[in-house]
Amino acid sequence: MTHAITLTVNGTKHTRDVEATQLLVGFLRETLRLTGTHVGCDTSQCGACTVLLDGHATKSCTVLAAQVDGAEIVTVEGLAKKGAFHPIQRAFQEHHALQCGFCTPGVMLTAVDFLRSNPAPTDSAIRHAIEGNLCRCTGYHNIVNAIRAAATEMRGASAQPSVAAEVRR
Amino acid sequence: MTATAPTSYIGARVPRKEDPRLMTGDAIFTDDVTLPGMVYLTLVRSPHAHARIRGVDSTAARKEPGIVAVLTGKDAEATGVLPVFITVPGMNGSKHMPLAADKARYVGDAVAAVVAETREAARRAAEAVTVDYEPLPVVVDAAKALLPDAPILHEELGTNLVFTYPVKGGDIEKAFRDAEVTVRLHLVNQRLIPNAMEPRAVVARFDAGELTLWSTTQIPHFVQLISSLNLGLSQNKVRVIAPEVGGGFGSKLQVYAEELLVGHLAKTLGRPVKWTEERREGYLATIHGRDLVEDVELAAKRDGTVLGARIRTVANMGAYLQAFAPGIPTILHAFIIPGPYRIPAFDCEVRGVYTNTTPVDAYRGAGRPESTYAIERAMDRLADEIGLDPAVLRRRNFIPPEAFPFNTISGITYDSGNYAPALDRALAMADYQTFEKRRAEARARGNYRGIGISSYVEICGLAPSKANSALGVGWGGYESARIRVHPTGAVQVFTGTSPHGQGHETSWSQIAADALGISPNDVEVRHGDTFESPGMGVGTFGSRSLAVGGIAVHKAAERIREKVVQIGAHLLEAAPADVVVEGGKVFVKGVPEKAKAFGEISMAAYLANNLPDGMEPGLEATVYYDPPNFTFPFGTHVAEVEVDGETGAVQIVRYSACDDCGRQINPMIVEGQLHGGIAQGIGQALYEGAVYDENGQLLSGSMMEYHVPTADDIPQFQLDHTVTLTNSNALGVKGIGEAGTIGSTPAVVNAVLDALSPLGVKEIDMPLTPEKVWNAIAQAREARR
Repeated sequence: MTHAITLTVNGTKHTRDVEATQLLVGFLRETLRLTGTHVGCDTSQCGACTVLLDGHATKSCTVLAAQVDGAEIVTVEGLAKKGAFHPIQRAFQEHHALQCGFCTPGVMLTAVDFLRSNPAPTDSAIRHAIEGNLCRCTGYHNIVNAIRAAATEMRGASAQPSVAAEVRR
Repeated sequence: MTATAPTSYIGARVPRKEDPRLMTGDAIFTDDVTLPGMVYLTLVRSPHAHARIRGVDSTAARKEPGIVAVLTGKDAEATGVLPVFITVPGMNGSKHMPLAADKARYVGDAVAAVVAETREAARRAAEAVTVDYEPLPVVVDAAKALLPDAPILHEELGTNLVFTYPVKGGDIEKAFRDAEVTVRLHLVNQRLIPNAMEPRAVVARFDAGELTLWSTTQIPHFVQLISSLNLGLSQNKVRVIAPEVGGGFGSKLQVYAEELLVGHLAKTLGRPVKWTEERREGYLATIHGRDLVEDVELAAKRDGTVLGARIRTVANMGAYLQAFAPGIPTILHAFIIPGPYRIPAFDCEVRGVYTNTTPVDAYRGAGRPESTYAIERAMDRLADEIGLDPAVLRRRNFIPPEAFPFNTISGITYDSGNYAPALDRALAMADYQTFEKRRAEARARGNYRGIGISSYVEICGLAPSKANSALGVGWGGYESARIRVHPTGAVQVFTGTSPHGQGHETSWSQIAADALGISPNDVEVRHGDTFESPGMGVGTFGSRSLAVGGIAVHKAAERIREKVVQIGAHLLEAAPADVVVEGGKVFVKGVPEKAKAFGEISMAAYLANNLPDGMEPGLEATVYYDPPNFTFPFGTHVAEVEVDGETGAVQIVRYSACDDCGRQINPMIVEGQLHGGIAQGIGQALYEGAVYDENGQLLSGSMMEYHVPTADDIPQFQLDHTVTLTNSNALGVKGIGEAGTIGSTPAVVNAVLDALSPLGVKEIDMPLTPEKVWNAIAQAREARR
């Protein structure tokens, strides 16, 4: 059985018939050939398949393609705008927050969603936010540094000190 | 004089060239390769740990929609046996076929291969294959597998004993006779599951007599070699590509059944074939690591001077020997147990054993974490026994700096070392002197605080080819590099190493750039394609890439530089000794304004109409570098933990490490390697462990049951380093890929045991989960009542 869905991925509208059993991650990787979204497990532990679904970081292995009719999705391919890196990408490179790079798309998208609602996070808040994204290479140290640095950049001059954020929590 | 100061890129924190494609989704991993007409492979795996295969019925599977082919054990014999590259003396080797024909020997042993038009169709058809199993008695524990009545895995051997490997030096009997104090520990170095984030995958296409095979491998040239030999293809007709590889840690250091099966199927079916591992499948079918049980005894004087070490080890090898498995608990483990200490007598014996479990091979550190765990746990026990500060005990037994090169009691030669400064700096970072205050404060909170030290020496730079041969390694330990300077001056480096996260494109660029007087941005590094690289590349494992492969790049670049100097001297009418190669220019010392651009020199090399007499045209160099010795990085790690008195949960509150890997090419990458390594070592200490039940079922069979550390589990790290160059190579580099994993595990366990020492707790088996720690606390309290 198939379902017709229309969704926007990285700003482009797609209309497709999808099998009822097809996962969103399969739709992105195999139907749209957006292979930057990865599959690292089959139990929703690793987070390598994380995308933004209507702005929220979502493990695309936990969603059926048929469920996302009308949704807006951003994958890692949609993070850079007109060839300019997103601040999270710049920070990841500057702070050596990736090694093999397999988990990186998922971690970055989780971080983007997190920083939207937590512009001045503490380190422990960052660690908690990304605990659903496993990385076997970096020991997370530089990922935390990169997300902290991206937060600072994204806050710009109007930055609140992170102490204030801690108090708010 | 307007010459710019010479720039050295070696030692600089050059941002990684690999990053942009990995951060944009442009990078191509094996499973991203999709070809027209491609079919999909699924393997039928044994649900029994030990069973006779009475028959395989594929009739129903062959009727499934989309079915293309079904292979059983007999059909797959065409793929030949899976290779083992190391033979230790007296070894009982196992015949390991890609598909088991007569008997399945572990849960996950593949018994049939099913190919269909889609992944789903292949999966459905695989479920329709009926295998008639006769279950046999199972043994999962290595010690039990050595008992006389144990079921035998490989009947033709008549035993489960794979080898007995002794390493001895000095008079061990005398050491224990002269001992004023002895300590004895029974240590379980539990089985781990590597969990590279990218599951394994293989894609192959056979076209016009040529096989192209993409694989998630650390050793594409060995996959090419074995595919060629086993599949009956001339080696020039087998191209293996390791595209982007998402971590390995040893788990992709194999020639796996799936690689040969996919290659064989692509060739026989005439259609591209893909196999992608599911994570739960990988838990069964990708190698595991560690799994040693060790009895360790130290003989010492009351002042802490160690007189001798005796170790008896049983190593669980799993159901079959894998590619490098016989070398892990032996060569990479036994020899290095003495670590940074001058120990006058040593007696180690390792027995390798077959069991009905997933095969065990190299996992990050591969033998050396086990060595360090053994000696460092024993040193702490000794310190406790004689009431000496563990730091003082270590310093007292360190090999002194003037003793290098140092011939160890186990029979190897340490290149260089200066152990005390690394210990001192780690202790300073850790505020070791003021620790007791923090212990008291924690106690007031109802918690237990402890601090643990681990000093290590590891063995890298694998390996001098003659040493390999003497140790039973069936291949040379060199590495290759080719540098091609195009007429325009564009530089390409082709390396035999096969990085999967280590950033070789960046580091090798830095090395080549320094030799050629250009910027790393002007150098392209290419790897992982056997049709591009030199004839043979050994690959990336054992922290060998820089100390062997990086030196090959350096030597090739030096050769190019020499020719550039000769051509420059000729064109500038100067003596070669006066020619400077720097900043993309070639000029006579003191006359930078009359420079030739690097590209003008390369153009001259190819125009070939104005070269020094007798010079061959072109500007290209290929080097196979065979190292004269191993390298021996070292360092000290210090962990401070707080144990929750109510729950037994362990928190690492501070982690300090001072490591020495010789010269650092890119400190940013060095630190990254340490961070990841330390996290994996912490994983072993606190979280990870493969668990089998007595029927050989893997209970920790997915990421739900096996705890891969998350960001919440790992602290930020404080790192420092010392630099002790090695004479083993021209750059003085040693290797850093595994040091973090090697140093960290005993530091964390020593810290937890230090925390619980006021309660009299002496031993808890890893991983130190809250449950085990809580039980240990409860029992200790009970005992004191």
